[in-house]
Amino acid sequence: MSVREKFDDELIRLQQKLIELGEFAESALSKSILALETKNIELAIEIMEDDIKADVLYEEINDFAILLIAKQQPVAIDLRRIIVAIKIATDIERIADFAVNIAKSTIRIGSEEHVKPIVHIKEMYSIMIKMLKLSLEAFNEEDIVKAKKVADMDDKVDDLYGETILDLMKISVSMPDRLPQITQLSFTSRYLERAADHVTNIAEHVFYLVKGRQYDLNS
Amino acid sequence: MTVSTFTANSAANTVKDKTESKKGMVYNTKDLNLWYGETHALKNINLEIQENDVTAIIGPSGCGKSTYIKTLNRMVELTPIVKISGDIQYREKSIFDKNFKVEDLRTHVGMVFQKPNPFPKSIYENVVYGPKIHGIRDKKVLDQIVEKSLRGAAIWDEVKDRLHENAYGLSGGQQQRLCIARCLAIEPDVILMDEPTSALDPISTLKVEELVQELKKDFSIIIVTHNMQQAARISDKTAFFLNGEVIEYADTDVIFSNPTDKRTEDYITGRFG
Repeated sequence: MSVREKFDDELIRLQQKLIELGEFAESALSKSILALETKNIELAIEIMEDDIKADVLYEEINDFAILLIAKQQPVAIDLRRIIVAIKIATDIERIADFAVNIAKSTIRIGSEEHVKPIVHIKEMYSIMIKMLKLSLEAFNEEDIVKAKKVADMDDKVDDLYGETILDLMKISVSMPDRLPQITQLSFTSRYLERAADHVTNIAEHVFYLVKGRQYDLNS
Repeated sequence: MTVSTFTANSAANTVKDKTESKKGMVYNTKDLNLWYGETHALKNINLEIQENDVTAIIGPSGCGKSTYIKTLNRMVELTPIVKISGDIQYREKSIFDKNFKVEDLRTHVGMVFQKPNPFPKSIYENVVYGPKIHGIRDKKVLDQIVEKSLRGAAIWDEVKDRLHENAYGLSGGQQQRLCIARCLAIEPDVILMDEPTSALDPISTLKVEELVQELKKDFSIIIVTHNMQQAARISDKTAFFLNGEVIEYADTDVIFSNPTDKRTEDYITGRFG
């Protein structure tokens, strides 16, 4: 049995808070894509209002992590666990912000019919959310095999982003009056692409946690 | 290297010259085994200790770290039932060589203990005790040694106006720095410190830690400590001892950020010990 049982419990609590933040971001993104697809303005507003919960949780994680460093003077893997928690919280908080950005785009598009079905965007979202779930599992289980899978999946999101932008640019030539909506849809695909990059960062943090070395999985 | 009198051409000066070119090795321990009677206290120790480094020895109680440090100046042999095999070389010369007198070794290797142990004499007499044994009688030279040593131990300003008062009147932290000054007075090459701050308050501890950082410019320091944060803060290399063995010996940065051995990690993160 560990002689630092209380500290171990606190580390688990920190991990749980982080998973909670991750699940919040997942849910916010899922709602944001639903709101975009169904042009549900009320849901979009709800997402924006709910974002404060992510901010509060993010602050709690940071405060708790700093307190643990001050009180427990962690070293080696314990220190990495706490530092990584701070970094992952920052990435997840940004991901939750993208849900808000997508909600804002939904409001700007309003009830206007989409220039085309948002198939690519939904596909990007679907991969990105799988990445997010897998990255949180990788973190929870300290599993670098899962973390590597996350990084590999990011390539597909990047490809889809390229295709989506090309597609929207083509449409903008034939439908110049719909440029505001096309811009919002471009933004949305950009947000998802960026969110996937932040998830890849989480995978990198898991590598650092386990291996004690920095890895660049984005290149 | 046999030096029986205190001279300007001290070992410390030799070290200084060497650092300007390339870091050398002060101690090389080869296959060292030590028994207290039937108890095998040190097992196959192999350690190379660099000059001008602060080398920390960490490990749980009874792991052999104090035994090891006391072997370096042959103090451990004061215990009659001790049996030793293997070798320790100090500056490429076996400390067990019968031509290498223990007194000469201890002229090069000073020691600071866990509890401050000043002599029941004045501050001044404490510092000049060693140099006097080495035959220095000139008052001017002794005065210089006192000032230099007390300055070196970062206590001069606190005691310069009361040099002839009894050392027992000093606080614990001051007494420990006086003991360090007493050690510096013989201009050693290496300073062994056996838990030098474990009896001190936090501020005195930090003062001694700062002092160690200063002293490593001129001396090689080997410190046994139970305070792992202290080892992390002040040492260049750390050796982790467990049950008489060296489990891991590496740069302190590595030991405290990403140790190789699971037992080291468990110890430094407080999972056992």
